[in-house]
Amino acid sequence: MNTATQVLNNPLEHVISDRLAKNFRRHFKERVIEFILMLAALSAVATTIAIVAILLYESASFFKTVSIVDFLTDTQWTPLFEDAHYGILPLVSGTFTTSAIALLVAVPLGTIGAIYLSEFASHKVREICKPLLELLVGVPTVVFGYFALLFVTPMLQKIFPELPGFNMLGPGIVMGIMIIPYISSVAEDAMRAVPMSMREGSYAMGATRFQTAVRVVAPAATSGIIAAYILGISRAVGETMVVAIAAGQQPNLTFNPMDGAATITAYIVQVAMGDLPHGSIGYQSIFAAGLVLALITLFLNLLGHLARKKYREAY
Amino acid sequence: MSEQQASTLKDLDAVRAMIRRHKLNDYIFALIGLLALMVGLLTLLTLFVDLVMDGYTRLNAGFFTEFPSRRAAHAGLLSAWVGSMLVMMVTAVTAVPLGVAAGVYLEEYAPKNWFSDIIEINVTNLAGVPSIIYGLLALGLFVYILDLGQSILTAGLTLALLILPVVIVATRESIRAIPVHIREAAYAVGATKWQVVSDHILHYSFGGILTGIIIGMARALGETAPVITIGALTFIAFLPPSPVSTEPPFLNFEWLSAGFTVLPIQMFNWLSRPDQAFHVNAAATGVVIIVVTLLMNGTAIWLRYRIRKNIKW
Repeated sequence: MNTATQVLNNPLEHVISDRLAKNFRRHFKERVIEFILMLAALSAVATTIAIVAILLYESASFFKTVSIVDFLTDTQWTPLFEDAHYGILPLVSGTFTTSAIALLVAVPLGTIGAIYLSEFASHKVREICKPLLELLVGVPTVVFGYFALLFVTPMLQKIFPELPGFNMLGPGIVMGIMIIPYISSVAEDAMRAVPMSMREGSYAMGATRFQTAVRVVAPAATSGIIAAYILGISRAVGETMVVAIAAGQQPNLTFNPMDGAATITAYIVQVAMGDLPHGSIGYQSIFAAGLVLALITLFLNLLGHLARKKYREAY
Repeated sequence: MSEQQASTLKDLDAVRAMIRRHKLNDYIFALIGLLALMVGLLTLLTLFVDLVMDGYTRLNAGFFTEFPSRRAAHAGLLSAWVGSMLVMMVTAVTAVPLGVAAGVYLEEYAPKNWFSDIIEINVTNLAGVPSIIYGLLALGLFVYILDLGQSILTAGLTLALLILPVVIVATRESIRAIPVHIREAAYAVGATKWQVVSDHILHYSFGGILTGIIIGMARALGETAPVITIGALTFIAFLPPSPVSTEPPFLNFEWLSAGFTVLPIQMFNWLSRPDQAFHVNAAATGVVIIVVTLLMNGTAIWLRYRIRKNIKW
């Protein structure tokens, strides 16, 4: 009887244990894969931590030699000279001036473009315009640097004959044109998120398209449009090649767009090209400059993130 | 009575005039809007024509087969385009698996909790970090701490980190577009999560992921600042050792640690010389870079358009 049951059960048991084993293997394999995928996702966190750690670590050595007060208040930046001064202000003023020029170009054009794309353009026009704008985003910045130095600046010199070959106006304008697509696409997104019923309400009161766009849709999308501007500022501040090529590399505490000046990014490029010895104060100074740049863009990105979150929640 | 009629007619005329005026305003604004968008495109066109006009004399076969030289007319792009290709290879091999895996994890596996939120915030934030900061990271970490030197490997890894957010975001977006019933059908016949992902999700999202990869690679090709920051050389008159050899083991990896230059850096170098003759070379290099990146981006955009049109569900 016993043996009979065993004989009868054995094959079945075998099947069950097999399936259980396979199940276990399956389960184990699934877990391993999930773990590997998670590690890949964690690489993003690791990158952020590494950026912060490296910037802080090298800047810490820098601030052992240079006091933070000097760094923030001195009006000269000459870390590589005999008479070294470490005041970040000239680099910040260069960054600020070029970004401001860029925004003066990009904000009006980007906003009008976004209103047009979101409220006026037919489906067909939009389908053609948006990919073309995306192409513009894809153009490498070094090429725009060439354009600023050898096309825009000579052209501006015809209008302002006293304009030097290296100035902040030309690269600022080119940078502005570069960031139009960023601003227009985010602002358009925000305006398209405004519910149709608001437009219909406005039309029902007899408003025209233009009135609806400017007095109903744009105000409703304010936080998103502001997010677009902030993103634009952040791009302009971090932009490197255009200013490194066309704005000159002489730190200069000025807000005059006709002058040449170095930005934070241009300074980093200039020093990196010079092949400074590892651990020297010049080497450390680019990390301190980078830390300032990272803090500015981090602040702007956070602000933009909050503004965008606000318009996503609104409707 | 007639006075009243006249005034009604006058009012009517006034209303009609107002409507006409408003319609005109609409029309004028639409025109201004279109022009505002055209500014960017016109610039791109002018830029391209300007580059071609300045550089066309150097755009011949010799330009691609010669090393840089002190004499502008004999200087070529050979070391730069070979360097670019090798760096891009490292970038692709690193960024593609890492980015796709991270995207799959965030979209399919990640539980909705603080942990995933942190990863997500990180990815968004990394996309906004200026490229030169990645250069500083690479200079401190890859070049000195990990001691990889100013090599092709360093440059490739740096650019991989730079385009990682692009690949992750593209992967997530194209996975998100797949309807739930595809997953449910697979689960219903007993597939495991990984089987669902590898047999269905990745299959359906392939086009979208590819689009993101191409856009990311185009960006890596054109990036200059981070590669300059790690200290890429600007005057290279030799090629890295070939990755493939005729003798076993057929592959060698010496090229990874070789010094290099890339196309945008070569252009920057020629551009920063005072000699006008080198500016012609810079323009010609610009034409090469812009044509390649526009082709890559154009392909990606076209691909996305096709996918959107051929969606099956």
